[in-house]
Amino acid sequence: MSKFSKKRGKSSPAISTASLPDIIFMLLFFFMVATVMRDASLKIQVNTPTATELTKIKDKSLVNNIYVGRPLPQYQSIYGTSPIVQLNDKPVLKEKIEKDIPLFLENHKLKVPEARHAMIYSSLKVDGDVTMGIVQDVKTALRKAGQLKINYSAKQKSGDL
Amino acid sequence: MARNKRTSNEINASSMADIAFLLLIFFLVTTTIAQDKGIQVLLPPWSEIEPDPTKLKKRNVFSVLVNADNQLLVRGELASVDDLRERAKEFIVNPSRREDLAERPDKAIISLKNDRGTEYGTYIEVYNELKAAYEELWDELAKKKYGADVEYNDEMSTAMKKEIRTEIPFVLSEAEPTNFGDEG
Repeated sequence: MSKFSKKRGKSSPAISTASLPDIIFMLLFFFMVATVMRDASLKIQVNTPTATELTKIKDKSLVNNIYVGRPLPQYQSIYGTSPIVQLNDKPVLKEKIEKDIPLFLENHKLKVPEARHAMIYSSLKVDGDVTMGIVQDVKTALRKAGQLKINYSAKQKSGDL
Repeated sequence: MARNKRTSNEINASSMADIAFLLLIFFLVTTTIAQDKGIQVLLPPWSEIEPDPTKLKKRNVFSVLVNADNQLLVRGELASVDDLRERAKEFIVNPSRREDLAERPDKAIISLKNDRGTEYGTYIEVYNELKAAYEELWDELAKKKYGADVEYNDEMSTAMKKEIRTEIPFVLSEAEPTNFGDEG
């Protein structure tokens, strides 16, 4: 009898926070796994067009990004105003596309296990206002380099379907 | 004795949560959940030899030309992007067995040619319409073959997909662009 009556009145004990770090760590690990670091800062303006027939890119490590667009205002003194290509961090002028793209592709291939080389994609992130001339040059360079799987990056058209 | 006493002391773990929070916030900020999407295309391998288009029957070719002013010429006449999808679908399936449309869906070839001065946005719009035409046909065929509730999408089995794709293969050939209106 006396054993039970010893309970401390009605004031509840403090909630244990001992498991809080564990919960936070779980969240932390989730975000660590889900994170893909923001890739290269863009020196060019890229506003991809909209489309409806889109495919999701599943594995980002298999993708190399090729950006095409006009240089941003603060870079126009260096690169001019006509559209240029950007591979990772490096802007490439029109004349050097054919030489630099195979190099860029090889560099990316080094990071991918050999068994998965056939699954590598090139994602073309091209500004909607750029003319096809430079895009065609990139496409030709990709074809010559044997990189045939490409993906024209586009946004989902809203209000459709 | 003194050593024993020290080891029995527990490490104060109350700051663990704070450290974890800091890391968590860092990863929250740097995470990009937004997924990349785009139109998937398989380019033809590079070859120096120009393909010879004269071997093809004229009725089996659906030619789409886009000029530097972003205007469309479909099978020799001016057209707009809005009816491109319907026209392509009619051409591929040829439901009324017309003499000037494709003999069979697997013989249909869509030929797309643009100028170096064509805007990329227009090109994607046209490409999207042509792809959409095929997607719709595949969807219709899937419904006809496997039941009304079947949809042609990624969840479909590969065998079924393959069957549909052999009946209506996606043939879109892109010719080397003309060079009239590039900005140089």
